[in-house]
Parts: sequence; C-alpha cells; structure tokens
Amino acid sequence: MIDVENLSKYFGERAAIHALSFSIAKGEVVGFLGLNGAGKTTTLRILGCLLLPTSGSVRIDGLEVTSNAHEIRGKIGFLPDVPPLYPEMTVGAYLAFAARLRQVPAKEAASRVTEAEEKTALRDVHNEVIRELSHGYRQRVGLAQAIVHKPALLILDEPSAGLDPAQIIEMRTLLRGLHGEHTVLISSHFLTEISQTCDRLLVIHNGELVGQGSEGELATAMGQGSSMVELEIRGPSAALVEKLAQIPTVTKVNARPGVDTTVVEVSAASDVRAAAARLVVGQGVDLLRLDRSESRLESIFMNLTQSPTGGPQ
Amino acid sequence: MTATWLIARRELGSYLRTMSGYVIAAIVLFVDGILFNVRALGAQQDRLSSEVLSEFFFNSSGLTMAAAIFLSMRLLAEERQSGSMVLLASSPVREREVILGKFLSAFVFLALMTLAGIFMPLLILVNGKLAFGHVAVGYLGLLLLGASALAIGTLGSTLARSQLLAAILSGSLLVCMIVVWMLGAVTERPLNDVFFALALWGRHFPPFQAGMLNLRDVVYYLAVTYFALFASIRVLEARRWN
Repeated sequence: MIDVENLSKYFGERAAIHALSFSIAKGEVVGFLGLNGAGKTTTLRILGCLLLPTSGSVRIDGLEVTSNAHEIRGKIGFLPDVPPLYPEMTVGAYLAFAARLRQVPAKEAASRVTEAEEKTALRDVHNEVIRELSHGYRQRVGLAQAIVHKPALLILDEPSAGLDPAQIIEMRTLLRGLHGEHTVLISSHFLTEISQTCDRLLVIHNGELVGQGSEGELATAMGQGSSMVELEIRGPSAALVEKLAQIPTVTKVNARPGVDTTVVEVSAASDVRAAAARLVVGQGVDLLRLDRSESRLESIFMNLTQSPTGGPQ
Repeated sequence: MTATWLIARRELGSYLRTMSGYVIAAIVLFVDGILFNVRALGAQQDRLSSEVLSEFFFNSSGLTMAAAIFLSMRLLAEERQSGSMVLLASSPVREREVILGKFLSAFVFLALMTLAGIFMPLLILVNGKLAFGHVAVGYLGLLLLGASALAIGTLGSTLARSQLLAAILSGSLLVCMIVVWMLGAVTERPLNDVFFALALWGRHFPPFQAGMLNLRDVVYYLAVTYFALFASIRVLEARRWN
C-alpha cells in the first residue's frame, strides 16, 4: 500500500527527515513512534500529499505522491493533530461537506455520514454546532471526516492528543474498530495505545528510522525477550530475583526497590507469568500484583531513541 | 467544478451564519446611506440626477473596495490559522478550485451587499427622472471594481499567516494600485501612460461613474481579477513545499 524509499525533507539547511525507507502492506495497522520533532508529522504530511519531499520516492497504491497527488488524495483519509473543523457548521453538514469533497456521490453522502457517525458514536450530536462540542467530540468529528469516504489508507496524527483518560479509552476502542477495513498509520505519544492498536511499529528518531517490526520483534532485537512480566512484591527480594533468573527462557531480571514494596521486571523469550507466580508464592513472599509489563514498549522506545545512532532495524 | 461550487456554497453559508459578514454589510450600507444623504443629495435642491448618481457611485466605489478587503481577509488566512485548510489540502481538490470557490463566495456576498443599496439611486425617482442605463453601468463598474479588489484580497489572504496581516497586505496592495495614478501625474510619456493605464481607480472607474461603458475598462478589471487569482493559485501550490 505504501512504499517509501530514501525519503528526505529539508527545511532550509535542516533535515526534518533523512533517507527514510519503509513499506506498509494493505490492511496493516502501523504505529509511528518518535519524540517531538523526530519527523513523524513531516512524514505523515508527505504521505497525506500536503507536503512535497525534497528527495526520495513515496508510492501509495502504486502512485507516486509528487506527480499523482490528486488521485492519491481520493484514496486517503487524513486526521492531523488539530482536527480540521469548521466551528460554525453542524456535525452532519460538516461531514456531508467532507464526503462530497472526497467525491462521494450526492445520493450516497447522507448514508456515508450516518455510517461514519455510527462508527465514531456521533449520531446524538448530528445536528449540534461543532463550536459547542467538547474536545473529545471534536476529535471524534475529526476521525469521522477521515473515514467518511471509506479511504483505503487512513493517516492519523496523534488521534488521542489532549483527550482525558476516559476519552482516550473511547478513542482506542474506535481505532481498534478500524482494523480490517483500512490500512492505518497512526502516530501517537501514547505507547499503550500504539501497543494495543497496532500490528507493527515504525520508530523514528532525528528524522531517521531507527527500528521497525512488531513489539515482540523489536524487543527480541533489543535483547529484552519477547515477553516482559512485572511483579510487585512485599518481602525479601534478593533470593527471589536469583530464582526468577533460573526460570528457563528468562533473559533478564531487574528489581526496583520502593518504600514498602519491590517491583521486579522479568524479560523472557516466552510467557513466564504462571511460573513466576508459583515461584513467588513458593518463596513465601507477598505477591501484590503481576501483569504483562506496560513499560516494555516504553523501554524499547527509550532504548531506540536515546542512542544517537539508533538501534537495530 | 463540483469542488468549486461545494467550497463556494460552504463559504457563503459561513458568511451568512457568522456575524462578520452582517457586520461588514451593515457598516458599509450605513456609511453609504450617510454619504448619499450628505454628499450625493446634499443641501442643493436643483442637482441633476446624473450628478447625484455620479456622486453615489464615487462614494460606493471606495466603500466597495474597503468591504472587499475585509471580506477577503479571512478566506485563506483563517483556514490556515484554524488548521481547517488541511481538510481541503488532503482532499482531491485542486488549488484553482479552492481559490475560485472562495473568491466566488466572497463575490456573491459582496454583490448582494452592493445591490442591497440600490434603493438609494431609486430614491431619485421621488423628485426626478432616472437614467436606468446609468444605474446599470454604475453597478457593473462597482461589481468589476469589487471583483478586482476581492481578487487582490484573496492574494493577500493566501500570502499572509493571519487575517490581520492579510488585511494590511491586501490594503497596501490596493492603495499602491490606486496611487500609481499619482505617479502618472509626475512622470513623462511613455511612462506616465503605463502608470495611468495600471491605476485601479483613477483611469478606469470614472467612466462607469458617469454611466459610460468602455470595453477597455471592463477588460482591465477582468485582467486584474484574473492575474490576482492566478497568482493566488500559484502561491497556494507553492505552499506544498513548506
């Protein structure tokens, strides 16, 4: 669906992105990770035909973005970090306008608007003026305009930016609902969101691609094992850490003592939650919490983006 | 052309749904009414209808140009400020359709606003005779001058990052195109011919004001409109580079 080769974009002397190459297959949901200023938005804007590259090639569905922008724009849905809304319009009128702009025939526009509103839970605000909606609703209207014409490729730049925790969960559910219908490229600062929504990750740092693959593949490449378990225990931890390290497939054990409790991270090549639980209970240590570590992606991300040369690809 | 109409319809709806359009129209009509009473009709009771009409179109031309600047300043600059430009830029819509759609909406609003003042020349009928041809030519002149000013305003709005800057830039461009007439007065031929020919108001509007229709003046205003819109399209296309 997307083929990017040696893509570079310079603003004056400064390279926003440099020699970026990656491919995304049809139907994949890919997460785009990077620190602020890493070049994510620039890349997404080039893919969205909003910006021209300085050099390199970008093909979407076999068409080159520099020479076929008009045709490509009909195949994509783009949600920028600030939703492109007209505050004085009602939600329904705005979505109908977006659908018609994207060449949806007039006869079908109303049904497409209804469909998009149902997917994004906007039916109850169909006649509301956008100016009067909350930030969460506006973000959903932004997502609805991106999917109203059923694009083959969906590009979402920070879809959860500025949302409260409840709205983030809602947005995550919406994003999961897009699986299978579109090829999706999501950029986000919320690593949990990326981890739970995407099939594959692209990590960009200082304008260069420093890692790509599934979370497991990246973790293996980083020597962190394909599974990471986090335990919170109360009691002596030194002996337990040694025993945990002896579990087959465990590659690394890291203990972080706190005031009353200790958090132990166990990296392994397989899921060791059951074995670790048995061991802790067997040692007579209080087990307060045990789950898949949410910090695994964080750790991969930090490793990839802290090293000046990046990590494995 | 579908996208042009879609954009024009949405923009026109925006003028009618928000206060800014009404405020501009109300101020222009109010000031035009005062000037008509004070300057065009005046205290003199024995004025000729053609003199009253000429004075009315003179006043209206200035107000039309000012209104065009205020109506056009938001066209592109507001979209860029609010981020809504991305909707148009990521849709299968060509730059010329965006510019034409926006220009068209502002022109229709300006035309409605200008024609809403037609009761003033018609008031002449109360005490005298009216040359309807003079009224028609005068209004054609106002619409052509308004279209040129709107096109210059659209160019300013495409270039500037904020509405205020757009208004300042467009206003400055417009003033330059008006005062170029003065340069013609202090230079010699053939240069002064060029300055006179380029002047937006001094050479080309007075014939309309007097009820005379010259093809040369119509072509001039259409050419200015075309050139400014063409430049706006090019500027918008160039925005894809940064």
